[in-house]
Amino acid sequence: MAEPLVKKDDDRDDEDYSPFLGIEKGAVLQEARVFNDPQLDARRCSQVITKLLYLLNQGETFTKVEATEVFFAVTKLFQSKDTGLRRMVYLMIKELSPSADEVIIVTSSLMKDMNSKTDMYRANAIRVLCRITDGTLLTQIERYLKQAIVDKNPVVASAALVSGIHLLQTNPEIVKRWSNEVQEAVQSRAALVQFHALALLHQIRQNDRLAVSKLVTSLTRGSVRSPLAQCLLIRYTSQVIRESSMNMQTGDRPFFDFLEACLRHKAEMVIFEAARAITELSGVTSRELTPAITVLQLFLSSSKPVLRFAAVRTLNKVAMTHPLAVTNCNIDMESLISDQNRSIATLAITTLLKTGNESSVDRLMKQITNFMSDIADEFKIVVVEAIRSLCLKFPLKYRSLMNFLSSILREEGGFDYKKAIVDSIVILIRDIPEAKESGLFHLCEFIEDCEFTYLSTQILHFLGNEGPKTSDPSKYIRYIYNRVILENATVRASAVSTLAKFGAFVDSLKPRIFVLLRRCLYDSDDEVRDRATLYLNMIGGDGLVGETDKDVKEFLFGSLDVPLVNLETSLRNYESSEEPFDISTVPKEVKSQPHAEKKAPGKKPTGLGAPTTGPTSAVDSYEKLLLSIPEFAGFGELFKSSAPVELTEAETEYAVNVVKHIYDGHVVFQYNCTNTIPEQLLENVTVFVDASEAEEFSEVASKPLRTLPYDSPGQSFVAFEKPEGVPAVGKFSNLLKFIVKEVDPATGEADEEGVEDEYQLEDLEVVAADYMLKVGVSNFKNAWDNMGADCERVDEYGLGVRESLAEAVSAAINILGMQTCEGTDVVPSNARSHTCLLSGVFIGNVKVLARISFGIDGPKQVAMKLAVRSEDQAVSDAIHEIVANG
Amino acid sequence: MEACPSIKNILLLDSEGKRVAVKYYTDDWPTLAAKLANEKSVFTKTMKTNARSEEIAMLDNYIVVYKFVQDLHFFVTAGDDENELIIATVLQGFVDAVGLLLRNEVDKRMALENLDLILLCLDEIVDGGIILETDASVIAGKVASHGLEGAGSLSEQTISQALATAREHLARSLLK
Repeated sequence: MAEPLVKKDDDRDDEDYSPFLGIEKGAVLQEARVFNDPQLDARRCSQVITKLLYLLNQGETFTKVEATEVFFAVTKLFQSKDTGLRRMVYLMIKELSPSADEVIIVTSSLMKDMNSKTDMYRANAIRVLCRITDGTLLTQIERYLKQAIVDKNPVVASAALVSGIHLLQTNPEIVKRWSNEVQEAVQSRAALVQFHALALLHQIRQNDRLAVSKLVTSLTRGSVRSPLAQCLLIRYTSQVIRESSMNMQTGDRPFFDFLEACLRHKAEMVIFEAARAITELSGVTSRELTPAITVLQLFLSSSKPVLRFAAVRTLNKVAMTHPLAVTNCNIDMESLISDQNRSIATLAITTLLKTGNESSVDRLMKQITNFMSDIADEFKIVVVEAIRSLCLKFPLKYRSLMNFLSSILREEGGFDYKKAIVDSIVILIRDIPEAKESGLFHLCEFIEDCEFTYLSTQILHFLGNEGPKTSDPSKYIRYIYNRVILENATVRASAVSTLAKFGAFVDSLKPRIFVLLRRCLYDSDDEVRDRATLYLNMIGGDGLVGETDKDVKEFLFGSLDVPLVNLETSLRNYESSEEPFDISTVPKEVKSQPHAEKKAPGKKPTGLGAPTTGPTSAVDSYEKLLLSIPEFAGFGELFKSSAPVELTEAETEYAVNVVKHIYDGHVVFQYNCTNTIPEQLLENVTVFVDASEAEEFSEVASKPLRTLPYDSPGQSFVAFEKPEGVPAVGKFSNLLKFIVKEVDPATGEADEEGVEDEYQLEDLEVVAADYMLKVGVSNFKNAWDNMGADCERVDEYGLGVRESLAEAVSAAINILGMQTCEGTDVVPSNARSHTCLLSGVFIGNVKVLARISFGIDGPKQVAMKLAVRSEDQAVSDAIHEIVANG
Repeated sequence: MEACPSIKNILLLDSEGKRVAVKYYTDDWPTLAAKLANEKSVFTKTMKTNARSEEIAMLDNYIVVYKFVQDLHFFVTAGDDENELIIATVLQGFVDAVGLLLRNEVDKRMALENLDLILLCLDEIVDGGIILETDASVIAGKVASHGLEGAGSLSEQTISQALATAREHLARSLLK
């Protein structure tokens, strides 16, 4: 038995001293036998319980048997009159969370305590019993709980109320019967009782808007004593404001006066809660914001870190939507950059970055540079991201921001931090053409001393694509070749590929690249040697691999045009022989896997073309897929692929969705089919399309799907010709036709004979929005002005009665299929008018900008004024056609 | 947000990040391993700060308010949309109540020797995530009163009397 629990006052220096040193579960469980002694030693029992609780707290677990034994032993302790011991017994029972039949054992003891004269017993017994009880027992003790809620002892009342809050989750119908008592408790003079009663009352009534509104109305007039209860009241008030603002036509917000008055409360907790509530009001005006911002500004210079943190965090959020409202705090915010607490400093900086204007950028960067050296990486990443968005906001400032990024790139830092910086530089290079050369140069400098292979190879790849197109590509060669000399094999191989790209793209560099690549032939790593040999042969011009210059570039810069899964399967099946592996034999189709391999249930194919995986980002893979089908090769460049449209209900025998691929003079429907019947194999699956309601379309090709085994998606295609460059619309009805063969579930083999069958699919429409690409512009006003009014067309339309302005706006956006700019798709909830800015590219690669002003009047009549500018009058007119017909 | 303020956990760790007493009120950290990992992360990310008064940090999208006293590290965690000052009040209640119960000799050794008081203290501050009481003297009073056999309700006793009794109790407690 562990017995080191001897206290000596003189062993203070012993740092490892602990009364629980060497404690063991087995031994303590043995000790717990004292609970069964006829003469209970209360102190000793308390000690043993403490040890048991210590073990549980350290993460030790009891087996079911052990827990049961301890529980029964502990129940014996109700015999003792010792209050201290009783408290420990309560704790222990809660920790053991006994099962239902065990609960019965202690119920009577606890009920006795609930009605005891000692308030501490009553309060604690209520909490324990409510914690472990189930619904049936609850009805028995309900009467006592209702009494306890209005008990004059605040501890007892609070215990009952808090238990009520927990029980409401499991037994709402019972707790809801206590409303009257809870209502009475809300008027209690004890601060915490009021708080708990208010929380419970609100939860009971939360689905009854009117009741909550009445509750708030009565309490905001009366006096709420505890700051915690006042905070609750503020939360409930904002809820009422949020729900009622919809109906308010004009004038002031209800209850705003109450929130504003709370800003002058004596408890900081309440002041802050009110300030935060005001900043979070939907469609808050700057007049409403001002008093809240003022108190938050005062908090910024508080001596308490918690207050500063709370204030700067809230202001940071406000800065996202109302940057101007926060600028008054900039001076206080700047002094927080040097705050001891790094969370506060980081929040201050990112807020400043959001509210800063172009002229303050340089000064800010200087301050941040000092700050960056002594914060943790996770904060640095936040700052880097804020700087990236700042740079995209003020492209003219790219020089100083890029310099900042490059200087922090040179400093110490972990992988995630460095990756965040590199990603930011790459994004800036992509979006700000002027920043390209300096950005690439910084990246070159970085890989000179980069410890992360992943980042080096990523940068080398990026350099290979971007570097050759710069004004002086030769200056990058040195950095790349240094990698070949100094780095590990992975980076060396990557550098060889990059060199080859320069050689292929820049003729003047070719001889020099040749010399360098030839040196790589003697590398110690075979991958590096292989790559060098391959590229030498290709760029050499007399080689075997690349026939023409175009082929070489295609090979170097193009991406792999076969799905990786297929390549992997082919390589696995390839047996080494005289015959070399031929990549052109790898199927380009996203092939359904043979049924035999699909025995494992629920395993879905994860290939690029599996239609359910990320359809939106799949445009590139669509393009590749379509190019691989000879029938569609002559259609030219793919303009747009729609998101998949479901043509079947969920949970049907065959699941089919369709992707519409739009070309200049053609439309291809890609039907993604899935067979959900394990006993069937479908063959020769085609979709029969009836285009009688789509006059301008005529079918030119149909590509059936040869086999469609169970749970392995495949594609069938149908192509239509349509007038060149015209946004033709129409409705198509679809019928799925196939030969069905029975499959023996045991062997997985299909019958020889099949039966023809068909399956009706839902109709499909080609709409005007299908001819519009969502392409945003960063500065709408500039773009609008540059486009000029030459091909402008303005017209007004009545949209009739709409549900709300927001609904009308989103309907108009959907019809046009254009990208909303500058967040104008969000309509403030109480707005009477709204202007929406849209941009896009129409078929034929014509840029289109639209400005739509909406207005709503009393009976919800919505009118809109549509102004369209584009490079082509016909297109501007076409957009109006869309709206006029929509 | 309309909900009642709620606490995710209260941690009392030693100067090496080991548990003295912890209490979790939610399933955000479902397993023991997840809990220990959370404690380790919270401890290491705050250990370098000088939290002799209340400090605050945003860690893994939780708000953690903390304070160090001697070799003890006190933490209270809540969700990221909680009012920071409410959490700070809970921490303050906890730290001050422990101070009263341990008669200002707040260190790891005293805390372990009086672990029963610490556990009862936690039990009186938060119940299932809901704040029960934040006033340190009331909390300490409720914990200490358990030493008063048949002494009736606490209101009849002054806090100092209650504490004296508690002290007497703890001298006997744990140690024979």
